Amino acid sequence: MGNKKVRLLTLALIGLLVLTAGCAPKPAEEGPADSEAEGDVIRIGVFEPMTGDSAAGGQMTWEGIELANNLHDEVLGKKVELVLVDNKTDKNEAANAVIRLIEKEKVVAIIGSYGSSLSMAAGPTVMEEKIPAVGCSPTNPLVTKDNPYYFRVCFIDPFQGSVMAQYAYEDLGAKTAVIVRNVADAYSVGLNNYFKEAFIKLTGDDEAVLAELDYQQGDQDFTAQLTSIKKLNPDVIFAPGPYNDGALMIKQARGLGIDAPFMGGDTWEAPEFINIGDKDVEGVALSTHYSVDAAPTEAAKEFVDAYKDKYNAEPNAFAALGYDAYMVILDAIERADSYEPTAIRDALAKTADFKGVTGTITLDENGDATKSAVILQVQDGAFKYLTTVEPN
Amino acid sequence: MTLTEFLQHLANGISLGSLYALIAIGYTMVYGIIRLVNFAHGDLLMVATYMAFYGMLLFSLPWPLVFILAVILTTVMGVTIERVAYRPLRDAPRITVLISAIGVSFLLQNLGLVVFGGRSKAFYVPPFFATINHIGETAVPNLVWFIPLVTVALLMILMHLLYRTRIGMAMRAVARDLDTARLMAIDVDQVISFTFVVGSSLAAVGGLMWGLKFPQINPLMGAMPGLKCFIAAVIGGIGNISGAVAGGFVLGVGEILLVAFFPDLAGYRDAFAFVLLILTLLIRPTGLLGERVAEKV
Repeated sequence: MGNKKVRLLTLALIGLLVLTAGCAPKPAEEGPADSEAEGDVIRIGVFEPMTGDSAAGGQMTWEGIELANNLHDEVLGKKVELVLVDNKTDKNEAANAVIRLIEKEKVVAIIGSYGSSLSMAAGPTVMEEKIPAVGCSPTNPLVTKDNPYYFRVCFIDPFQGSVMAQYAYEDLGAKTAVIVRNVADAYSVGLNNYFKEAFIKLTGDDEAVLAELDYQQGDQDFTAQLTSIKKLNPDVIFAPGPYNDGALMIKQARGLGIDAPFMGGDTWEAPEFINIGDKDVEGVALSTHYSVDAAPTEAAKEFVDAYKDKYNAEPNAFAALGYDAYMVILDAIERADSYEPTAIRDALAKTADFKGVTGTITLDENGDATKSAVILQVQDGAFKYLTTVEPN
Repeated sequence: MTLTEFLQHLANGISLGSLYALIAIGYTMVYGIIRLVNFAHGDLLMVATYMAFYGMLLFSLPWPLVFILAVILTTVMGVTIERVAYRPLRDAPRITVLISAIGVSFLLQNLGLVVFGGRSKAFYVPPFFATINHIGETAVPNLVWFIPLVTVALLMILMHLLYRTRIGMAMRAVARDLDTARLMAIDVDQVISFTFVVGSSLAAVGGLMWGLKFPQINPLMGAMPGLKCFIAAVIGGIGNISGAVAGGFVLGVGEILLVAFFPDLAGYRDAFAFVLLILTLLIRPTGLLGERVAEKV
């Protein structure tokens, strides 16, 4: 032993392993290298969190986008190819992902991303490079504000916040609430603010929100915050944020003997939320974009059947929004009768009465859709449809 | 703040602190013997939780058996890592081994992403641990006293091993002077392998406890505990085992009390840990209980 060659070889092998491992976790990626002649193909870029804290959201969305591409892979005679880049639930990676999609992959439009913070990280780049982007589920108003190149097919948080405030006040009869927010997450902070505004207005009590407690991205221990909440004894706890955080927080709350009902936003709609939270998340209510059990649209039938066929499961809101985002872009390309990104942008801005899976999509001057929300509740280990709330 | 509330915070802090301590022990022991900050320690913790997860999912074995198997398999993995990534570099400058350790950490994380997938999984918590006891008005789930118990038990076993057995004496000799130990007919490679057996099994137990306390596992879950417990080890005096326990408790209780007394600073909890690290290095580089001269890593 002690042979230098063997040592070198071992080292080289490890180096190689590290390198390959670094590139490997993009199994779903459609390589651009093996595409046919440039002339017959257009590319649409997708940047979603396939790994990291929001992996479930990104993967659910990707399922819907991929499904749409399987069913409708041609526009104006050219084949549409998807290019997926994992943004790893990281703002820096999200910004880089979009630069890569535009400069290296030469995409004509971009879909993404789950997570408002991740979308906002990509905003300046798409505006500068003049490539239109359509978000599937980023609900913070700032994603599209003052950015003519960013659109979305979902509602925004001022509406979602008021929906949950109304649910808390009218259905749960809550007079007081405590808010818990992830300070690194634009979605969590924003939605909490809109909820607070709406809840104070409904109750007519400026002190209705007893406390606003913070935690940091990646925190797993919420016992300190929860112990403070226990003393305040609120009627309801509103804690929208990543689904993992929510599930762990509720588990710990029940462990500390807190019985107050928890409520969250659309990010909690993930199988992980129920798997991790287990019995402790029973009865938790959340608002989201779509439910199979809500009144179905024409377009939904094709989607639901195809989804069940391919994934052997009930579709979720994120897959539905992914599907819609792709279809909206295809529709815009058709109306623009061009593959020019700026022409696609102009057509996107004029999207009106588009019949999507999640409802009728009309994009306003900010690039936002105005749509109804549904409220789900965890019952017997599954998300059950409660009601639909129409925008006012 | 009422007394009940304070006691509840203290219980929370001790529970978290003992978990940090448990993982910090493994860190500090490996460092104490071979002067290597084993950055893969946190990722071994992740590997152990996944082994337990799949053990229960695929083979539906009872959980005590699964936990033992997970510890054994993780230990085998830890020793293999030492063979492949650290032993060939025994005579290389220390920084080279450190880089190799970082490489192993990345390898495990990304391999985990490929093999296990990026989505987090729910870790099974046996009903025993979830049972909640009420002492006065303080709620104490069984897990809250179970983790400190495991930490203290393992600490005592480790102390016995190091100071009352032959192999422990050999380990201390290697820690003091590797070359001289070799001249004294100590099989250095074997001793270091054994160090990794102990270190990896500690990481595995720490991982399982982490999984029970925060029943959400993903391939990147080892990174933050790894850093936090490294900080705990440094605060206590890296290389000193009792110090690691002290550091773990200081960090855990400190974090909880920071959030309890200054709710506005809750977002700076990780920053608090790093500030504590910087202050330790500035004011008392050898840590709370460390006596050796601190080494630059």
